[in-house]
Amino acid sequence: MAVTVSIPTILRTHTGGEKSVDAKGGTLAEVIDDLEANHGGIKGRLVKDGNLHRFVNVYVNDEDVRFAGGLEATVADGDNVTILPAVAGG
Amino acid sequence: MARYSSLLEALGETPLIGLPRLSPSEDVRLWAKLEDRNPTGSIKDRPALRMIEEAEADGRLTAGCTILEPTSGNTGISLAMAAKLKGYGLVCVMPENTSEERKQLLAAYGARIVYSPAEGGSNEAVRRAKELAKDHDDWVMLYQYGNPANARAHYSGTGPEILRDLPSVTHFVAGLGTTGTLVGVGRYLREQKPEVQVIAAEPRYGELVYGLRNLDEGFVPELYDPDVLTGRYSVGSYDALRRTRQLLETEGIFAGISTGAIVHAALATADKAVRAGKPADVVFVVADGGWKYLSTGAYSGTLDDAAERLDGHLWA
Repeated sequence: MAVTVSIPTILRTHTGGEKSVDAKGGTLAEVIDDLEANHGGIKGRLVKDGNLHRFVNVYVNDEDVRFAGGLEATVADGDNVTILPAVAGG
Repeated sequence: MARYSSLLEALGETPLIGLPRLSPSEDVRLWAKLEDRNPTGSIKDRPALRMIEEAEADGRLTAGCTILEPTSGNTGISLAMAAKLKGYGLVCVMPENTSEERKQLLAAYGARIVYSPAEGGSNEAVRRAKELAKDHDDWVMLYQYGNPANARAHYSGTGPEILRDLPSVTHFVAGLGTTGTLVGVGRYLREQKPEVQVIAAEPRYGELVYGLRNLDEGFVPELYDPDVLTGRYSVGSYDALRRTRQLLETEGIFAGISTGAIVHAALATADKAVRAGKPADVVFVVADGGWKYLSTGAYSGTLDDAAERLDGHLWA
């Protein structure tokens, strides 16, 4: 399963400045492991104590994975995975 | 009875409008709660007034006080109106990348504006306001992101209005900023009807807004209660603009851009119900009208051009 992952500015030090990279996996956890294999250090920024970092939001096709199983959320071929830091509104 | 002794009392009791052209079927219906029909034209009148009243009741806010608040605009405008009528001063900390109309309105109401840098968006405004609060202990920061009165305004106002007007409600969709609307309305609806789905539409901005120095500068409002939510969408400016225009073209409702993001999430929610073959009554919030965004060019030209012009602006 190949997906496209959008990388926020703050994490592009791990992807050589790339805004978007390809990754493989059937779940978000597998996608993150695949990212780590190619872009070392990124997993430690995204995952803390087995959960997504409190200030990191991950969306699969614009839906927040925290409401779809978190790291166990399934991803399908061609899905877009977007990583964003948490920001305020209002 | 539509007579009030002051503008402040004309708060709430907003219309819930059926949307037969936007709804995907007769069984899956969309409804718009017109929060632009509040005294200053946005849903923020509800939390702003409630925060002031509770601060007055507990003695934190007294005659002649100055209120301090981080805001991207609407909360500031609501506070400015109430402060004017009640005789308080107001200092708003606002990111510099908000619409011109918001700045002009705040100035017209006599509010003082302290600008925070565009980079980092509202996170920076919150940080700056907290600094100012430390330096001015005579200022009263109501702090919409962590003040339970914000969510209570929706728990005791917006939520009950929706359930009373549409007992068959199955889904509630609103914007995610302070999280006050979603947490307040969502908590009320789910207490009354546990099966109700509560869905957030979160604005996705240009990269400038996410230009934090490190992830630990990220921000989750203290009010946020993920247990109340059942789904959350991130909506970019292109989709938000597209849906804002669609709402105007199909149903005649001239709404602000954050409402477009909410419509996007509401339509995705309705589409899921259609595919599941389940009837649904999806209520979404029209947070404000489009007036304050005309200068951004949101309503004219191609969507691509409009989305490009909006890049780097805070539109929710």
